[in-house]
Amino acid sequence: MRRIAAGDGLTLVAVLGGAALIAALNLATPPGSALHVPSFVLPLAGKYLCYAMLALAVDLVWGFAGILSLGHAAFFALGGYAMGMYLMREIGTRGVYGNATLPDFMVFLNWTRLPWYWHGFDMAWFACLMVVLVPGLLALVFGYLAFRSRVSGVYLSIITQALTYALLLAFFRNDMGFGGNNGMTDFKDILGLPLHADATRAGLLVLTASFLSVQLLLARALVRSRFGKVLVAVRDAESRVRFLGYRPESYKLVVWVISAVMAAIGGALYVPQVGIINPSEFSPANSIEAVIWVAVGGRGTLVGAILGAVLVNLGKTYFTGALPELWLYALGGLFVVVTLILPNGVLGLLRRRGGGNGAVPKPLPVGEQPT
Amino acid sequence: MTEPIGTASDTLLYLNGVTVSFDGFRALNSLSLVLDPGEMRAVIGPNGAGKTTMMDVITGKTRPDEGDVIYREHTDLTRLDEADIAALGIGRKFQKPTVFEMHTVWDNLLLALAGDRSPAHTMFGRPPAHERTRIEEVLATTRLAEHRARRAGDLSHGQKQWLEIGMLLAQEPQLLLVDEPVAGMTDAETEATAELLREINRTRSVVVVEHDMAFVRALGVKVTVLHEGSVLSEGSIDHVSNDPRVIEVYLGR
Repeated sequence: MRRIAAGDGLTLVAVLGGAALIAALNLATPPGSALHVPSFVLPLAGKYLCYAMLALAVDLVWGFAGILSLGHAAFFALGGYAMGMYLMREIGTRGVYGNATLPDFMVFLNWTRLPWYWHGFDMAWFACLMVVLVPGLLALVFGYLAFRSRVSGVYLSIITQALTYALLLAFFRNDMGFGGNNGMTDFKDILGLPLHADATRAGLLVLTASFLSVQLLLARALVRSRFGKVLVAVRDAESRVRFLGYRPESYKLVVWVISAVMAAIGGALYVPQVGIINPSEFSPANSIEAVIWVAVGGRGTLVGAILGAVLVNLGKTYFTGALPELWLYALGGLFVVVTLILPNGVLGLLRRRGGGNGAVPKPLPVGEQPT
Repeated sequence: MTEPIGTASDTLLYLNGVTVSFDGFRALNSLSLVLDPGEMRAVIGPNGAGKTTMMDVITGKTRPDEGDVIYREHTDLTRLDEADIAALGIGRKFQKPTVFEMHTVWDNLLLALAGDRSPAHTMFGRPPAHERTRIEEVLATTRLAEHRARRAGDLSHGQKQWLEIGMLLAQEPQLLLVDEPVAGMTDAETEATAELLREINRTRSVVVVEHDMAFVRALGVKVTVLHEGSVLSEGSIDHVSNDPRVIEVYLGR
């Protein structure tokens, strides 16, 4: 195990420490106290960290392998839907219609039997498996076809956008059996714990922070390995990598699937905290926003993706509350400013004299000469 | 099927009747060439003679319309892709130095090292001792030892060319294809490069494509002159430079 870099260490401390602090200040202080953190902050902070996972996933493929995905929110939403299905089954007889097996929207549509693909989702372990498997398999099939045909650049971005748009349209349909345009909501509890209780929300926040931290460490290990160096080489000079005997398509496929699963885990943790999942999560704009978070934070830095996701969403929360009509202009303006003035994002500004990414100098004692 | 110009036995590389057309333009026109194991061959010719297309065909980048490309007597290279051909031991140095600019000199060599190229293999573990030793050897051969930690993008033009040759060496190829290695080099660098190629040729076969006649003369090897996609003349540098057809092609331009 190599030493953890300073930027990663700081981020881990901020993410884990911040989440733990918010949770503790909410639970351990009375509502009137000056130190008390109001309860609405818990799921809000949790939401930011879930977005940070999506951003991290985007940065892994875009920043290191040069795959600009404009459809990554599809994997996030699929993970969310798998979790949503579990939470729907957890409602049981507490729904409006009191049906023990069928979710409310199915009763409303006069369905009498649970569709086959809803079986098993009453078990948390099965739902967790599906959170990983469904988006992972979709990414595998999509990536295999796209990368094998050497689709890249703008063309790949366009078909990722088409992928998420197709899913958006499909999930809108009532007869798909995923709640149509209303999606799934009114969740009651998770693993028997009430979702509206502060303790559960605090627990989810800390869990989200932990997953994000693990993802950051894994992604860092990945990009530092020889595998990660091949990825950067593919990003910068794909055909040269081919002549070295590597198959860029295999490398892209592996990192693409890993990234999809990372995004899906973010989506699965997002749903119990925001309390709803509906087809709008597939909307192409969501995927594009995720790319903006990464660009703002600093592409190809991992840490920047997390920073960008949190910063931009803090801004969004503020703007949509204070000046709702200005938010989209602010977001668009931000992207223009970052592209023109801060090509390496906020992180690039913080470490102006950094040596770029992907390259870790390895000094060796043998034959070392001062120059 | 065209008549073979020689037997395929005891040859390293054997091109027979290779034709490549781009939109009606014949980049290679029934080109035939035989390379012996351990040989160093210089390939010269005016612009558009098909030198780079020949490299593309050997390395799997371009599929010929007609003809055979046989490696080591029984492997048909026209059926394989770039990665397969690289794995067989054919390495290529491009005309324009293409190193991985964002990576350090060391990492460039690390990626080029011979070994398992699958993602599962590269994802885990650090380079073992024998790989580090091999990188040190290549660094010494290419005179880049003191630049190991520099980003390849920051190297001088000549250093990039050497790094790329170093990457070729790290691949442990049996056959090196080197495209215009001294383009843009100073006289001293050109001389050092000729020496480096001769050193490499002690253990490997080399095909050098070059414009620079002084450099080809310095190599002192058999020369093949290409013109309009086929072989115009072949032999020692003195032989080809006295060949009236070669003189006409070079002076007629």
